[in-house]
Amino acid sequence: MTDAWQPPGGDQASLRAFLHGLPGVDEVGARGRAAALATRSIKTESKRWAIDMAIAMVDLTTLEGMDTPGKVRALCAKALRPDPSDPTTPSVAAVCVYPDLVGIARASVGQDLHVAAVATAFPSGRSSLDIKLQDTADAVAAGADEIDMVIDRGAFLAGDYATVYEEITAVKSACGDAHLKVILETGELHTLDNVRRASWLAMLAGADFIKTSTGKVTPAATPPVTLVMLEAVRDFERATERRIGVKAAGGIRTSKEAIAYLVLVSETVGDAWLTPDLFRFGASSLLNDLLLQRQRMITGHYSGPDYVTID
Amino acid sequence: MVFEYAPAPESRSIVSIAPEYGLFIDGGFTAPVDDQLFTTTNPATEEVLSRVSEAREHDVDRAVAAARRAFEQTWGPMPGAERAKYLYRIARLIQERSRELAVLETLDNGKPIKETRDVDLPLVAAHFFYHAGWADKLEHAGYGPSPRPLGVAGQIIPWNFPLLMLAWKVAPALACGNTVVLKAAETTPLTALAFAEICQQADLPPGVVNILTGAGDTGRMLVEHPGTDKIAFTGSTDVGRSIMRAVAGTDKRLTLELGGKGANVVFDDAPIDETVEGIVSGIFFNQGHVCCAGSRLLLQESVADEVVERLKERLSTLRLGDPLDKNTDIGAINSAEQLARIDELAKSGEEENAERWSSPCPLPDRGWWFPPTIFTGVTQAHRIAREEIFGPVLSVLTFRTPDEAVAKANNTPFGLSAGIWTEKGSRILWMAQRMRAGVVWANTFNRFDPTSPFGGYKESGFGREGGIQGLGAYLATEVAR
Repeated sequence: MTDAWQPPGGDQASLRAFLHGLPGVDEVGARGRAAALATRSIKTESKRWAIDMAIAMVDLTTLEGMDTPGKVRALCAKALRPDPSDPTTPSVAAVCVYPDLVGIARASVGQDLHVAAVATAFPSGRSSLDIKLQDTADAVAAGADEIDMVIDRGAFLAGDYATVYEEITAVKSACGDAHLKVILETGELHTLDNVRRASWLAMLAGADFIKTSTGKVTPAATPPVTLVMLEAVRDFERATERRIGVKAAGGIRTSKEAIAYLVLVSETVGDAWLTPDLFRFGASSLLNDLLLQRQRMITGHYSGPDYVTID
Repeated sequence: MVFEYAPAPESRSIVSIAPEYGLFIDGGFTAPVDDQLFTTTNPATEEVLSRVSEAREHDVDRAVAAARRAFEQTWGPMPGAERAKYLYRIARLIQERSRELAVLETLDNGKPIKETRDVDLPLVAAHFFYHAGWADKLEHAGYGPSPRPLGVAGQIIPWNFPLLMLAWKVAPALACGNTVVLKAAETTPLTALAFAEICQQADLPPGVVNILTGAGDTGRMLVEHPGTDKIAFTGSTDVGRSIMRAVAGTDKRLTLELGGKGANVVFDDAPIDETVEGIVSGIFFNQGHVCCAGSRLLLQESVADEVVERLKERLSTLRLGDPLDKNTDIGAINSAEQLARIDELAKSGEEENAERWSSPCPLPDRGWWFPPTIFTGVTQAHRIAREEIFGPVLSVLTFRTPDEAVAKANNTPFGLSAGIWTEKGSRILWMAQRMRAGVVWANTFNRFDPTSPFGGYKESGFGREGGIQGLGAYLATEVAR
């Protein structure tokens, strides 16, 4: 890619030509690379640093049919003060809720944290564009400053890239000032070639972040998928000088895994991405494991599940 | 904000290195004799690790005699199923002691613990397990109804994969019913001596495996010894030539695994990120001390600039330093002598006007180090495109068409390995049929498995190690000849 790089047009033919002209991904090689980076050994000072960074990157999430205002308030309290026994613990990056609970969340966190809403007929995205745009507008109006949208995987897999592109651009304009995270739902895209193409499609259409998964499909975030997405944002920056964030969501439960993701970020796209502005974890149970590890690093011994809060 | 990795050294307390070692002959260690001792050092620190014994003529005589006795009295007559038990036992002991052996190998060789732990040792154990399985099934291996062992095998191994090369040699020899006199490399004797202990632990009958240490003279005596029936050598092409001369006119069987100048061919439709990884593991794995390294990178001109740019970025992230640190990617050069050779060839590249780029990584003050380096603008006429550097130095050439890629890839006196990078399956097959190299990797590089035969064309040697084909090197059958 050179200085003369021009983005493709938003029409079907241009998008198809561009996306199918991207270099392929060798699945064996990509998995091997991700596995090799997972063997990095992060100890002492660097582990302490990584745990605090990981905490600050968490989008603390509750996305259940049984979510209530009480549950969301508890989540927000946890997000602001993850470890009540240690005020030096950083806050998380954002809370992530369904659109109808955005108002409760915003009232709870004030302007201290981002509030992310999963809009656009989350998680399946099976609804009309009008409904999706209304869903987005409602969430923004209620105070969400980050929108996590899902792409139309059906259209993507049918090769109808223009539909996906237009939907993202439309949601992007409905977002106004809110940041747009585009969920690729890589567990339904299946191949890493598709992950690379979907990443580029979302970035071309205006995504501020690309996100692996809804958390409702297995597998959710995996290191190889995240590697390919990081390569895409790296190459996109090279072409456009714009930095796009990456969010690994779902399935990341332990500090060890989270630290391995930070290694993946550092060695793929560089330390510039090691900030909550450019890398996030979509998670719920991960936070408590990070806190337990953090306590251990400070006190020198493991405490136990009763020394972190259940919210 | 930078993500610095704190030092994560593997503890060396797991290994105990004796101050002096004798030779392992007939099931026991000889007493070290002062005037025979020479030192082995840690190439990362230049610290002397131990003193080992240079085997002299009478030692070689004793070792060969012990191996002959064992061949005639115990190992040769033993049923294959019984031999298999010993090999399985050795394999399990290697697995049990793998952490210790990995640390020892890293100390003596200078390669990163990441590689000894994740590559060398698992493969060492796998070679013994694999060949243990063959020991009682040789009549089904395609070498006739009752293949017989050759007798005493004299084996000489190099310093780049000390224990792995030992496994490649010893496991098939024993599985086929031969006995062994093995000479470890001068600069990396320690894991071979640890293996001698493992043979004792496994109650291997005396004389079945004899381990000698020493330099070129010891190797020569072993090759010329009238009591050896078979010579297997891995090392440089020059030494290989002199061994072939020495063996000429005798009835010894010979296999040689020599140098290489592997071509790694990248087409414009290659999966580019994985290709960059493959180029890195092709030439910077084990500091490039790999006979089958992909030391010549052949890039299709239409992607050459992009691949080189990405390669430089990737090389800048390689971590060079303490080989015992679990995050080290590039370790030390094995010896001052080897470093001088790499330096000399790299200088020739500059003198012949190739463009040199070396990773900006800092080099430690002590020990022998060479930064990952690539030369662009290299042509077939450059010395660095023709001679084996055996170090972390990559020569980058270009081509325009598949025919030209084949012609350039094969235009070398060597023929050990080659790589093909393309998403097009038909082109992989087309290329692989035309590459004159013993191993052709497609969309990967430097992957090894005991089930897969390894060996060379042309000046890279002859004979195969590993797989069914490798058994033929240790069996007396007409088919195998």
